Amino acid sequence: MAGKIATRNAYGEALVELAEKYPQLVVLDADLAGATMTKGFAAKYPDRFFDCGIAECNMTGIAAGLSTCGLKPFTNTFAIFATGRAYEQVRNSIAYPHLNVTVVGSHGGVSVGEDGATHQCNEDFALMRQLPDMIVCCPCDGNEMKQAVEQLIVHEGPAYLRLGRPAVETITDEYPDYHFELGKGVTLRDGKDVTVIATGMMVQMAVKAAAMLEAEGISVRVIDMHTIKPLDEELVLKAAKETGCIVTSEEHSILGGLGGAVCELLSEKCPVPVVRHGVNDTFGRSGTAAAVLEYYGLTPEGLAEKVRQAVALKK
Amino acid sequence: MEKLNSKELAIMATKARLLAVDAVHTASSGHPGGSLSCMDALTTLYFNEMNVDTANPQWQDRDRFVLSKGHCAPALYSVLALRGFFPVEDLKLLRSIKAHLSGHPDMRHVKGVDMSTGSLGQGLSAAVGMALGAKHNGKTYRTYAICGDGEIAEGQIWEAAMAAAKWDLDNLCAFVDVNGLQIDGRTCDVMPSEPLDKKFEAFGWHVVKIDGHDFDQILAALAEARQTKGKPTMILMKTVKGKDVSYMENQAGWHGKAPDDAAFATAKAELEQKLAELEGK
Repeated sequence: MAGKIATRNAYGEALVELAEKYPQLVVLDADLAGATMTKGFAAKYPDRFFDCGIAECNMTGIAAGLSTCGLKPFTNTFAIFATGRAYEQVRNSIAYPHLNVTVVGSHGGVSVGEDGATHQCNEDFALMRQLPDMIVCCPCDGNEMKQAVEQLIVHEGPAYLRLGRPAVETITDEYPDYHFELGKGVTLRDGKDVTVIATGMMVQMAVKAAAMLEAEGISVRVIDMHTIKPLDEELVLKAAKETGCIVTSEEHSILGGLGGAVCELLSEKCPVPVVRHGVNDTFGRSGTAAAVLEYYGLTPEGLAEKVRQAVALKK
Repeated sequence: MEKLNSKELAIMATKARLLAVDAVHTASSGHPGGSLSCMDALTTLYFNEMNVDTANPQWQDRDRFVLSKGHCAPALYSVLALRGFFPVEDLKLLRSIKAHLSGHPDMRHVKGVDMSTGSLGQGLSAAVGMALGAKHNGKTYRTYAICGDGEIAEGQIWEAAMAAAKWDLDNLCAFVDVNGLQIDGRTCDVMPSEPLDKKFEAFGWHVVKIDGHDFDQILAALAEARQTKGKPTMILMKTVKGKDVSYMENQAGWHGKAPDDAAFATAKAELEQKLAELEGK
C-alpha cells in the first residue's frame, strides 16, 4: 500500500469495499459522515445508512434494536461522544445484552488537533475496556484498519473500534509475515533489551524509536497491539520474560488504557519494570496535530526517552 | 392461541397482578406500583395484539415488545409466564441469585424478553431500531413499547421520538403509562411533562388518549395504531399507580417498595375477590 492515509479514510473505504460481501452491514452516523468518512458508504448504499442526527445516545440504542433483527450495525461519531456521552447506552443497551454492534469512535486521541480538549478523547480505551466481553481495537494504519473492519463485521458481539484523524504512514504491508487477527498482537521487530507495546499511530513511532535506539546499542522489540481487549496475554508475558522490561505507548491517557491493561497483567503474572508512554493525567489542548503530539511528547524521541528509563529500571 | 376478549383480558390481568405482587412480596424487593398500572396494556398486548410463539421465542417474524420502563419487570415477567414462555412457579424466584428473573428485564436469560432495559430512557430507542430493522428487512412484524410518564423526562426519549417520525415508523406503537407519580412524588411537581398529546403530535406522532384500564379502549387504540400509516402511534393511557390494590393506589410510596406479609395478605384477598367477581363466582 505504502504512502499515507488516515485510518478514518481507510475505514470509510473498507465499508464501501465490504458492503456487497456483507449485506447485513448497516451504518449509522450522528451528523458527522464527512468527518467519520462514512459518507462514501452513505452515497453508495443510502438504504443501509441511517443518519441519526446529533443524538448519539439514541443512535446507540437504535443500533441495539437493529442488531436484534439480524443486522450488523456500525455506529459512527467522534470517540468522545461514542464512548463518553453515550457510555451508559453502550454499556446497558449493547454490552450488557451482548448485542452484535460495533461502536466506532473516530478522531481518537490528541491528534484531533485544533478542536482542542473537548474533542480530544484520551479516555475511550479505558471506558470501553471496563465493559465485559467488549472488543477494543485501534489499528495503526490503513492496511491494518481494513482487515480489522472485516473481522469486526464477522465478529458476533459488542466491539469498539478507534479511528484517527490525521494521515499516518502505512507500514504493516511492509512486513512479509504480517497477519491480522483480532486479539493477537504482531511482533514487528525483534529485540532483547526491552519491548515497546504500542497501539494506533504510536506503532509507527515505536518502529522509528527502535531504529534510533539501536544506534545507542539498545535492542528494542516492537509489538503492534492493535487489540487492547482481549489483550494478547501470551505475547506480552513472553516479551516480559525475554526482554525484562516493557514500555507501553498509546495516544491515550496513561490511566486505564493499554498501559493499564499491560500493568494489570504483568503485576500478577510476571512483574517487570513497565513505563507507560501516553498522555499524562491531563486534558488535551488546541494546536496542529503535529504540534499537539509534540507538546505531549507523543513522538519517537519522547518514546525513546521512556525506553531508556525502562532499561535503566532493569538494573 | 385464541385472542382473549375484553372480559377474558380483565381476568388474565388480575391473575397477572396477583402473580406480580406475590413475586415482589416473595423477593422483598421490586416495583409494584408501576407494574400494576401498566398491567392491563401488557396483558392486552400479549393475549390479543401481538403475534408471538412461546415455543420459539426468537422467531424472527414475531412482534416485538420493549418495556422501556424496565423496573416494571414484575408485570412483564408475570404476563410472559402466564402466556407460557416459562413456568409461573419461576416468578417466586424474582430477583433471586438462584434464578433467571433479574430485577430488570434481561433478554439473554428470560425467554420472551426482546430487549434488556432498566436504565430509563433507553428502551424507546431500541424499539425504534427494531421497527427500522423490520422496514429495512421487508418484514411486517410490529414493535411495541411502554414508557413511564416519569421516564419521559429523559432527553433520549425525545431523540427517539424524532427518529421514529423521520423514518415514518408506522410499524411502531408506544404507550406512555400516565399514572402521574414517580419516586419523588407527583410527576407534575417533579418535572411537568404535559401536554403530552401536543408534544408527541408536534414530534410527528399519531396520538391516542385512553383510559389504560378500559380494555375496549386499549383494543381500539391498538387497532387505530395498526391502521395509521406514515407515522408512529403514541397511546397516552391514563392509569392508576398501584391499580387494584387499595392501599397502593395513587401512592408514590409504593413505587419501589415490597409489601410485608400482612400487606400482601390484604392485596391477595382484594385481587382474589376481584378475580372471583370477574369470573362470576
